[in-house]
Amino acid sequence: MPVLPGAAWELSPSVSLRPEPFGALAYDFVTRKLSFLKSPTLVDVVRRLGDAADVEDALLGAGVPAAERDRYVAALGTLAASGIIRERQAA
Amino acid sequence: MTIGVERPQGGRLVDQFEYGLDAPICLTWELTYACNLACVHCLSSSGRRDPRELSTDECKALVDEFERMQVFYVNIGGGEPTVRPDFWELLDYAVAHHVGVKFSTNGFRITPERAERLAATDYVDVQISLDGATAAVNDAVRGQGTYDAALRAMANLRAAGMKDFKLSVVCTRHNIGQLDEFKAIADTYGAQLRLTRLRPSGRGADVWDELHPLPHQQRELYDWLVANGDQVLTGDSFFHLSAYGPADGSGALPGLNLCGAGRVVCLVDPVGDVYACPFAIHDQFLAGNLREDGGFDTIWKTAPLFLDLRSPQTGGACTSCSAYDSCRGGCMAAKFFTGLPLDGPDPECVKGNSEGTLARDPERPGSSQDHSHTGTVRNAPVPLTLLRTRPVSACDESPLVAG
Repeated sequence: MPVLPGAAWELSPSVSLRPEPFGALAYDFVTRKLSFLKSPTLVDVVRRLGDAADVEDALLGAGVPAAERDRYVAALGTLAASGIIRERQAA
Repeated sequence: MTIGVERPQGGRLVDQFEYGLDAPICLTWELTYACNLACVHCLSSSGRRDPRELSTDECKALVDEFERMQVFYVNIGGGEPTVRPDFWELLDYAVAHHVGVKFSTNGFRITPERAERLAATDYVDVQISLDGATAAVNDAVRGQGTYDAALRAMANLRAAGMKDFKLSVVCTRHNIGQLDEFKAIADTYGAQLRLTRLRPSGRGADVWDELHPLPHQQRELYDWLVANGDQVLTGDSFFHLSAYGPADGSGALPGLNLCGAGRVVCLVDPVGDVYACPFAIHDQFLAGNLREDGGFDTIWKTAPLFLDLRSPQTGGACTSCSAYDSCRGGCMAAKFFTGLPLDGPDPECVKGNSEGTLARDPERPGSSQDHSHTGTVRNAPVPLTLLRTRPVSACDESPLVAG
């Protein structure tokens, strides 16, 4: 599923993040799948998703430079494909 | 965390892992040395309970520590973990504290009722051990009746609706030719096949020379693993076989392909001793004890042995080999227990680079603990072939019988 900068996303409820020097481990307690987030900034973005208005907002909050925006959106796409983040339902 | 060693920024994940993590990814916790079986290749030389084993309260405190450290799941084994009277209580406790559990069992105690309970919990996974796709091959290693018990357990799990539990096979000389049959058994029961490497650890040292796969079988195994890819789990067991692939590492099997000992992996044994990996239960790889050395978190983060394993290792004699980047010299425990130097090739080096040293029959270190049964065991292994040659005549056996 493509991650659009204007959409609202969040960490999946069954996933926990564990900070590590290189970024974080992400573990899904339901699928028992372990994934790796390979940069601390990406971890910061993912943590901000739930409270941010949209993806754009989370990227700004984490201080991602404009030139690297696309790279981070693509990384979020990978996380979405493995179910680590999910699109937020309107409240 | 890792004090004293400077970690490079960025780069490949596998390089990061070599410097260790804030908590293990894959932690094995052996709950008891007690076992109803006497498998010939038991990594932990299990059989009899140790009177010093952690109490229920100590086990719960350890789960609390795992929860604080965000150890997402633990692999519980033994011995046979279900033999502990508090096993199911500890399982529930771990799940309630966000520590997922995958436990290994011979299946004897996976009744229909237990299977129902297991199927109802997302956080619990079960791994049934089976080392032959036929009773003859399996029971020779694991004991009489153990093939039937494992299949009965799998049938109970399937009937309860448990999905994707694991069928775990230790690859030996006698079962490498049965890989397709194992896959078929796993598929029949809705299980996922997991193949792991035979290690010369514990009682495995006694049977290593007879059971470890022959060179052409290693190739057969590698090709089979490549053909089956992600469909089959390996617990990262076979990274020494990656050397069959091209030197650029493109022939690597799925997984981290590195020795995780003390870096991403460790073992807690039944008496609270913390070892670098499940295949290295020996004083040389003992990092500390939970009761004496400040608890698990402290041992993981500060034990000198672990810090040493996380510092850059030299490839020694392997450095000049074109395959070193693929296999990284192989398994530390396999080298240690076959008497090979830790910075040289694996005893099953696919390039044959350990053959010279092994031919000189290096002294093997032996084990530093043994909980093997001393008496008879009901489900004792059934030898696959007669160990002795037939007597030529009855009188060769008994001088009292007329020839």
